[in-house]
Amino acid sequence: MKKKKKGLNQDNKWGYLMVAPTIIGLLVLNVYPFIDTIILSFSSAKVFGGREFAGLSNYTKMFSDAEFWRATWNTVLFCILTVPVGVLLALVIAILLNAKIKGKVAFRAIFFLPMVVAPAAVAMVWKWMFNAEYGIINTVFHTKIDWITNPNVVIITVAIVAIWSALGYDAVLLLSGIQNISKSYYEAASLDGCTKLQQFRYITLPMVSPTLFVVLIMRLMASLKVYDLLYMMVGEGNPALSKAQSLIYLFYRESFISGNRGYASAIVIWTVLLIGIITAVQFIGQKKWVNYEV
Amino acid sequence: MKQKKNMTTLLTYLALIIGSIIMIFPFVWMLLTSFKTNAEVMQIPPTILPAEWNLSSFSKVVDLLPFGNLYLNTALMIFLRVLCAVVFCSMAGYAFAKLNFKGKNALFTLIIVQQMIPGQIFIIPQYQMIAKLGMTDTIFSLVFPGIVSAFGTFFLRQAYMGIPDEVAEAAYLDGCTRWQTFTKIMFPLTKSSVAALSVFTAVFAYTDLMWPLVANTNINSTTLSAGLSSLNGQFSTNYPVLMAGSLLAMLPMVVLYLCFQKHFIEGVAMTGGK
Repeated sequence: MKKKKKGLNQDNKWGYLMVAPTIIGLLVLNVYPFIDTIILSFSSAKVFGGREFAGLSNYTKMFSDAEFWRATWNTVLFCILTVPVGVLLALVIAILLNAKIKGKVAFRAIFFLPMVVAPAAVAMVWKWMFNAEYGIINTVFHTKIDWITNPNVVIITVAIVAIWSALGYDAVLLLSGIQNISKSYYEAASLDGCTKLQQFRYITLPMVSPTLFVVLIMRLMASLKVYDLLYMMVGEGNPALSKAQSLIYLFYRESFISGNRGYASAIVIWTVLLIGIITAVQFIGQKKWVNYEV
Repeated sequence: MKQKKNMTTLLTYLALIIGSIIMIFPFVWMLLTSFKTNAEVMQIPPTILPAEWNLSSFSKVVDLLPFGNLYLNTALMIFLRVLCAVVFCSMAGYAFAKLNFKGKNALFTLIIVQQMIPGQIFIIPQYQMIAKLGMTDTIFSLVFPGIVSAFGTFFLRQAYMGIPDEVAEAAYLDGCTRWQTFTKIMFPLTKSSVAALSVFTAVFAYTDLMWPLVANTNINSTTLSAGLSSLNGQFSTNYPVLMAGSLLAMLPMVVLYLCFQKHFIEGVAMTGGK
């Protein structure tokens, strides 16, 4: 005899079964590692494996380490260099792509291309183009800049590559935001005699501001985590490395090259806190300029 | 008035064309350099087209790096991560959107919180687990951090939220089992979101550098990205070889992108606009 069916959605067992893989996975892959990293940051590794409680020593070491502060500053500087310029350029490209032009799909595809190329390959070709002696950039512009080996310059070099890489991605997101704006606003505005510039200022900008905010936050978080381009362009052996590394790069070197896992954990926790604080500030600041009324 | 409009259009084209050249030039330069000899690229003034299109850098880089293994490892990693993301995130996304069970909100909070925390904080313990299991340098270790995805769960939950409850109810009353209702009726309705999540997962896995560098240090068991980076260290002065390697590493994804360009861009736009 067939059992009477229970309501489709009313069954704890069925619900748990469906979320089990994800929840168990998250517990193993994220919750436990999160707690373990915190514990690790208060420990020092012993030579033959294992760890012992080390109190705040990793943190006191970190806060008195010039290399650490330099990495923190480099990370913040990298954001200052990439985020405003990158997001602004992406907005310009999105607006250009939104115009009534032919070949829109092709242009969009071209700008988006770097997104599907591994940063390892991207970094490699830019490193070659920025080569001080034989690079095409110094040759074409008749300059003699040490783009890669001068620690004060290399952050700018990497920032240029980072902006170039993310431009198309951000532009695509902004473009879809712009395309969602109802045409009727523009029709009404042009009937009232608004110029294109006024239309941009009073219609496009406020209407696209939620998307602009998403892009800004994403770019900010990505920039604060910058690692792969630096790793490829300023590798071990580059004299600029210790002066140009970011926090995540320092974290990588401490944990997986030097093997100071406790110290590295303190660095990554600091980085996550920094990202949290900067993001929180953005969320508070957005009330001043992001328009959620539709 | 008409003239002014033409002028604007012209400037738009001009700006887009200059922009496109800046976007494409590095790849063209990569291609041209890879066919030159090392002596030719150190010539002053530099040549634009190679004096002779020679393939020696390609044969050299294929000797240096086990490209067959790298392609296979990368493809398997991407395939398995996409499979895991699609299956597990669909199940959990459906449950969080449509089912009622005790503790649902608490568990969903876990998903939200995980999404906000940068992944690097998990890496050391994840590596230690893999090392303790003796699973470093395997395909499993490459897939490991991507077995589940909080973001994917959140994203597909949104997709299931958009489907009216009546659709599932009707199928269930018509005699479908719970599992059939999910797999045969609900899952197919989220096709475009699943495609977007797949593209997002694949691109992320392919471009990720730190995890393969950490988990799979053996050159034969690592990914294209990490393999390429090892070339950077050993052959940092032979640019034609580096360019040939980069070209080979990026080629499969670029070909896929050119074929499914629309899906790539729309997929990423969908997942990015979270």
